[in-house]
Amino acid sequence: MYSYLLPEFAIERKTERCIKCRVCERQCPVGGHKYDPDFDAMFSYEEVCVGCQRCAVFCPTGALCVQPHSSQYRLNYSWSREKLQDLKKQAETGGVILTGSGNDKPYKVYWDHLVLNASQVTNPSIDPLREPMELKTFLGKKPDSLEIDLNKEGFEIKSELNPNKMIELPVAFSAMSYGAISYQAFLSLAMAAKEIGTLFNTGEGGLPLEMREKYGGNAVVQCASGRFGVDSEYFNCASIVEIKIGQGAKPGIGGHLPGEKVSFNVARNRMIPEGTDALSPAPQHDIYSIEDLSMLIYALKEVTNYTKPISVKIAAVNHVAAIASGIVRAGADIIAIDGIRGGTGSAPKIIRDNIGIPLELALAAIDKRLRDEGIRNKCSVIAAGGFRCSGDVLKAIALGADAVYIGTSALVAMGCTLCQKCYTGKCSWGVCTQDPYLSKRLNPEIASVKLVNLLRSWEHEIKEMLGGMGINAIESIRGNRDHLRGVGLEGWELDVLGVKGAGE
Amino acid sequence: MAMTGYGRKNSERYLPDQGREACGLFGVMNTSGKRFPGNIAISAIKNIKVRGNGLGGGFAVYGIYPDYKDYYALHIMFENKRREVKTVVEKYLTENFNVAYDEQIPTNAQVSLFHPPLVWRYFVTPEKKGDERNLSDDEFVVDKVMHINTSIDDAYVFSSGKNMGVFKGVGFPGEIADYFLLDKLYEGYIWTVHSRFPTNTPGWWGGSHPFSILDWTVVHNGEISSYGTNRRFLEMYGYYCTLYTDTEVMAYAVDFLMRRQGLPIEVVSKIFAPPMWDTIEQMREKEKHLNTTLRMVYGPLLLNGPFTVIVARHNEMFGITDRIRLRPITAGAKDDMVYLSSEEAAIRSVAPDLDFAWTPHGGNPVVVRMNSTDHLLSMDNSI
Repeated sequence: MYSYLLPEFAIERKTERCIKCRVCERQCPVGGHKYDPDFDAMFSYEEVCVGCQRCAVFCPTGALCVQPHSSQYRLNYSWSREKLQDLKKQAETGGVILTGSGNDKPYKVYWDHLVLNASQVTNPSIDPLREPMELKTFLGKKPDSLEIDLNKEGFEIKSELNPNKMIELPVAFSAMSYGAISYQAFLSLAMAAKEIGTLFNTGEGGLPLEMREKYGGNAVVQCASGRFGVDSEYFNCASIVEIKIGQGAKPGIGGHLPGEKVSFNVARNRMIPEGTDALSPAPQHDIYSIEDLSMLIYALKEVTNYTKPISVKIAAVNHVAAIASGIVRAGADIIAIDGIRGGTGSAPKIIRDNIGIPLELALAAIDKRLRDEGIRNKCSVIAAGGFRCSGDVLKAIALGADAVYIGTSALVAMGCTLCQKCYTGKCSWGVCTQDPYLSKRLNPEIASVKLVNLLRSWEHEIKEMLGGMGINAIESIRGNRDHLRGVGLEGWELDVLGVKGAGE
Repeated sequence: MAMTGYGRKNSERYLPDQGREACGLFGVMNTSGKRFPGNIAISAIKNIKVRGNGLGGGFAVYGIYPDYKDYYALHIMFENKRREVKTVVEKYLTENFNVAYDEQIPTNAQVSLFHPPLVWRYFVTPEKKGDERNLSDDEFVVDKVMHINTSIDDAYVFSSGKNMGVFKGVGFPGEIADYFLLDKLYEGYIWTVHSRFPTNTPGWWGGSHPFSILDWTVVHNGEISSYGTNRRFLEMYGYYCTLYTDTEVMAYAVDFLMRRQGLPIEVVSKIFAPPMWDTIEQMREKEKHLNTTLRMVYGPLLLNGPFTVIVARHNEMFGITDRIRLRPITAGAKDDMVYLSSEEAAIRSVAPDLDFAWTPHGGNPVVVRMNSTDHLLSMDNSI
C-alpha cells in the first residue's frame, strides 16, 4: 500500500558545506541519510525522519538543517495537519497510534499563569550567597504530635516515628524503568541521585542486582501491575517502595514493553523470558477497591518491616482529591500524583492526549482536601508531570507539594529532544533504547554529570527565589499560596488553585 | 477538640491580606510576683515612639483582678458601640457561662481616639452541657471565644484569661494607656506592651496587639514570610485566623504547641526558630535526633522572616527572635525585675542601673519564670 502520509520533517543539506563524511548516516537509527557510492553523494529519506536532530548536532560542517516539513494541507482550524495524518495512519494500519513523551496539546499550562512573590521594604530579602538557605525535605508520614520528656540529659523524644526519607533537594527523578530507557540512562539517573542526595525511581523494570548496594539508598522501587522484578530483596534494598496505580500519560491503562526491547539483561531484571512482551495489566489485579490497596500497602510494610515509607502513585483524574484522601487513610506514607503532561516511554496517543487533568489543579485540590480532613501531615505529596524549570518546581511546592518528580527534564538533560518516538526503541541519543549500538552513545560518566549540573542549577535558582521572598527554609514555602498570584485565570481556576489574582 | 468549622471559607483566595508591621515591644516581669503599676511599661514604650505610627497600641497585664482570680475575665469589644451586638453576645454568654459580674471597662472621656468601640468585661465560669462536659474548661472557653470572633459580626474578644487582661486600640500606646486609665486603675506583676507600625492593614481596634487566647498573650514585631504555611497548618487543628495578622498565627502556634501539646518554650523555640541543618549536623547524637525530628514534624510551624516576639502567661514571660536575627531583642535584669524589649533604649529609660543587659542570638529564648533565674541562662553566647 502506498503511504499517503506527508513527511513530518524536511532535511536540508547544504551541499557546499557537506564533506560526505557520513556521520549523519551512522548517527541516524532510522535511515534518514544514505551515501550512494555510485553518485558519490548523500541522499535524504525524509519520510522516516523523526526530527531528533542527532544529525544536525553531529554534522561537523553544520551542513544539515532539519525542520518541520513545509508541505501543508489547506489551513483548517478543526482538521489540523496532525488530525489528517493520524486518520491516514490509521487507515493504512488499522491500529492504535502509539506515541512517547508527554502530552503536547495546548492545554493550559497553569505554571505559566502563576507568579511568585518577593520581599520589598517590610521584610528583608535574604542573599543565598551569604546566608544559609535550606532545602532538605522529609518524605513520609509525620505524627500529629510529639511526646517529649525532660530528663537529666536534656529533652528526649519518646514518640515512635514513622520512617521518613530525607532528601537534600525537593526534586527527584520520576519512574523510568530499565527497559523503557537504556541501562546507561538508568545508571546515569542513579549516579546523579546519589551525588545530589535525592531519589531515582526504578519504574516497574526492577533494580539490577549490581546496582542495589551502591544505589539502593537513593532508589524508589516500584511495585506495579506486572510485578516485574519484584521480590523481598528488591523492596528491602530501596529507601521507598512505590505502588504504581496510574501514570499521567496513560491513566487507566497498563503498559506494554515489546519483546524486541526485552534483552537478556532486561529479561533477567524483570524475571521474564528473554524476548517476550512485558505486559502490565491496566489495574493491579489484587486491587479492585481501596481496602485491597490498604492490604497491599501493609503487605509491603510487613515485607520491609515498617522501615520504609510506602508511596502510592496515581494519575490525576476527576475525583483525585477524594481518591488521595482514601489512599492516605489506606495507610500510604506518600502520594505521588502524575498530571496530564506526565511523560511515557509508550502510550496510545489518544489516551495521552485526552485523558486526565492538569497536575496544578489536581495538586491544589489534593492539598486542600487533605488539610480539610486534617490528615495532610499523615502523608507527603510528590507532584509529577511536566516540570520544565525550577520556577515550576517552586510554584508546585507553594501550592502544596512536598517534592516533585522530574522525568522529561532529566531525559532532555541527557540528550532527549522530545521527538516522541521512545516506543520504537530507536532513540538516536541512546536514552530510550536497548540497541547496544545506540545505547553506548550515552556515557553515564558524562550524562550523570549533566544531571547533577541540572539539579545544582535548579537548586541555586530555588534558593535565589526563596531568598527573594525572605524565606530561608523550604518548609516555609510549602503550601504557602500567599506567595502565589494568578495571571490570566478565571475565577473558578483561582478557586481551585486557592490563589488570589495578581493585584488582589 | 470541638473547635472545628468556624470561619472556614469555601475559597481560600478570598482571605484578606495578612498584616505586616514593624513595631516596638516591651515587657517587664517581677519574678517574685510583686504587682506594680503601669508607669514602667508606659514610659518605656513612649521612649521608642518612632517604632509606632499611632495606628495601634496595647497592653497585657497579669494579676489585675485578684478579687475575681478564679473567673475567666472576658474583655469584649463591640465595634461601632453597637448595643444590639452586645445583646447577642450576652445571650450567647449566658447560654454557656455563669456570669458573676460584668461592667464597662472604665475609660477616660478626655482622650479622643479614632473610632473607639464599646469595651466590656465579663467575669465568667463555664457552664458545660452534654458532650461539652468532656472538654476541659480551657478548651471550652477557647471554643466559645472562637465562636464569638468568627461568627458574631462586630464583636471581638480582646482577652479571655483569668486574673489578666488585654487593653488595646488604635492610637499610640501612651494614648491607649490614658484612655483605659491603666496607670491609675491597675497593678500587675507582668506588663507587656506593643506599639504598632502597620504597613498595609488599616487601623482596627481588634487588630492591635497584644493577641490573646486564655491567659496567653503575644506581642510581636516583624513580618512572617511563612504566614501562609503556618496558617494552613494551624487550620488543620481548628485554629481559624480571623484577624489576618501574622501575630495571630503566632498566638495560635504558641497555644497549639505549649498549651495543647504541652511542649516547653525551650523546645518550642527550636520549632519557631530552628538551628540551621549545618549546626544540627555538628550536634551530639541525642540533640541531633531531637532537632531533626522537631524540624521534620513541626516544619510547617517554623516562623520564617524577621520577627521579635514576647509571649506571656501567668508566671512566665519569654522573648525570642527569628533564626537569623533579622530583628533584635534585648534583655535586662535588676534584682527581681526582668525586662525584654525590641530596643535596649526602652529598658535603659526605665531602669538606668541594670545588673545585666544582653542581646541573645537568634532563636535563643529569654525565659523569665516566677521565682527563678532561668532568664540568665540566655546570657550564654549572647552578644
